Amino acid sequence: MIPLPEITSDRFRFQERVPGGWNWSHVMKRGTTLRITNVEGKANVSTLLYNSELPVERLNIPDSLKAQHTAYLTAGHTCMSDHGRVLASISEDTCGWHDVLTGVSHRAGMEEKFGSSGYAEASNAWPRNGYDSLLVELGKWGLGTRDMVANINFFSRVSTDQEGGFHYLENHSSAGEQVELRAEMNTLVVLNTCPHPMDPNPDYDPGGILLEIYSSDPPSTDDFCRCSCDQNRRAFHNTERYFL
Amino acid sequence: MKDLIHSSLTIEQALFREVIPAGDYWMQEVKAGQTIRIVDLEGNQAADTLFYNAQDHHDRYSAVDTLREQGKLYLTSGSKLYSQNLTHLLTITADTCGRHDTIGGACACESNSVRYPLEKKYMHACRESWLLAMAEAKGDWDKRDLSNNINFFMNVPVTPEGGLKFEDGISAPGRYVELVAEVDVIVLISNCPQLNNPCNAYNPTPVEAVIWEE
Repeated sequence: MIPLPEITSDRFRFQERVPGGWNWSHVMKRGTTLRITNVEGKANVSTLLYNSELPVERLNIPDSLKAQHTAYLTAGHTCMSDHGRVLASISEDTCGWHDVLTGVSHRAGMEEKFGSSGYAEASNAWPRNGYDSLLVELGKWGLGTRDMVANINFFSRVSTDQEGGFHYLENHSSAGEQVELRAEMNTLVVLNTCPHPMDPNPDYDPGGILLEIYSSDPPSTDDFCRCSCDQNRRAFHNTERYFL
Repeated sequence: MKDLIHSSLTIEQALFREVIPAGDYWMQEVKAGQTIRIVDLEGNQAADTLFYNAQDHHDRYSAVDTLREQGKLYLTSGSKLYSQNLTHLLTITADTCGRHDTIGGACACESNSVRYPLEKKYMHACRESWLLAMAEAKGDWDKRDLSNNINFFMNVPVTPEGGLKFEDGISAPGRYVELVAEVDVIVLISNCPQLNNPCNAYNPTPVEAVIWEE
């Protein structure tokens, strides 16, 4: 794996380390990019995207998949809203495959796997689940269960065999793996670092991530994501119109 | 593909039946224990369907949770349909089609403008139907209640390499899918009006909803 070039100081805005099992959110301004680094190679990053001005416009995985004829996301793909616009592009990716088909972990599944210890028993090391974690972070923006939709699981891979069976790939990502989300709108990013719901690891050991935000140039007419298919060209057209 | 499972229910015993014309919508409660059958009357039609827990419609069908829980991509007999909070909403009890999609989503004017030339925006679409159904429904319903749906009778295979495409339908006139409600559910169907997709031979046709008592 070749790491992405270092972010130059004139473009760098801020960075934040998010430990495993935690939630985070931020309104990404149009023209900035979020670089997510899988620090130890153990992280799963469940992510949702919203138009921060009108969050009823939100990531629509089915629309994104059928437009780009893909069942996973990687560099060159766009994360489309249900309004036919691009909330964010995947401008760089060293990992090659990010799951979008299998959702987040739930309290019941976590208790089955790791027992029912909560904060009272385990303090801040208690096993957190992806669903509750997203609900908490959504709640900080006045959003809730109705705003919960199919998410991206960065750094996780679930492939589908000829009969449609799912296969979770262990150790898909390695330490230092990176993916970049370039905001094409003012996009609310809500994410957490809870384990993938199909991760067979018998220990609760979620990996942390490094988040870096930097200023990036507007996508050019020959931008890789814009030009990866005609559908993306039209989605960028719709997005640019929104800001006229 | 799994063996097709036929139903033992007879149409004469049905409590309710209604034909949903192409491009129309239908929203109705199905009580726990009742069975709903959706019939593809003329073949290769897409019935874009959402399910809600009637006790709390914010707890709605979730495609990703349903697929992960069953460990496979396609819905057919035996598939348990879950909400996003893992309420077991319904179970597919009979299926003479063999495979149904739940990752392809529903058509919308806005997504038509992306998938097809921009001017295809102004064609009737499932999400237009759903929004009207919600506007007419009693209670607090709005666009946030639109989540990822099931496309009954649609065939959207995924390759091991992660490719996805809308294949020609594998349904035929009279094929059906039958579901038993595990809790009281609200069913919202848009009988898809898409005219840009070869999967329905560019020809949307009616489906029928039939309900039986326990």
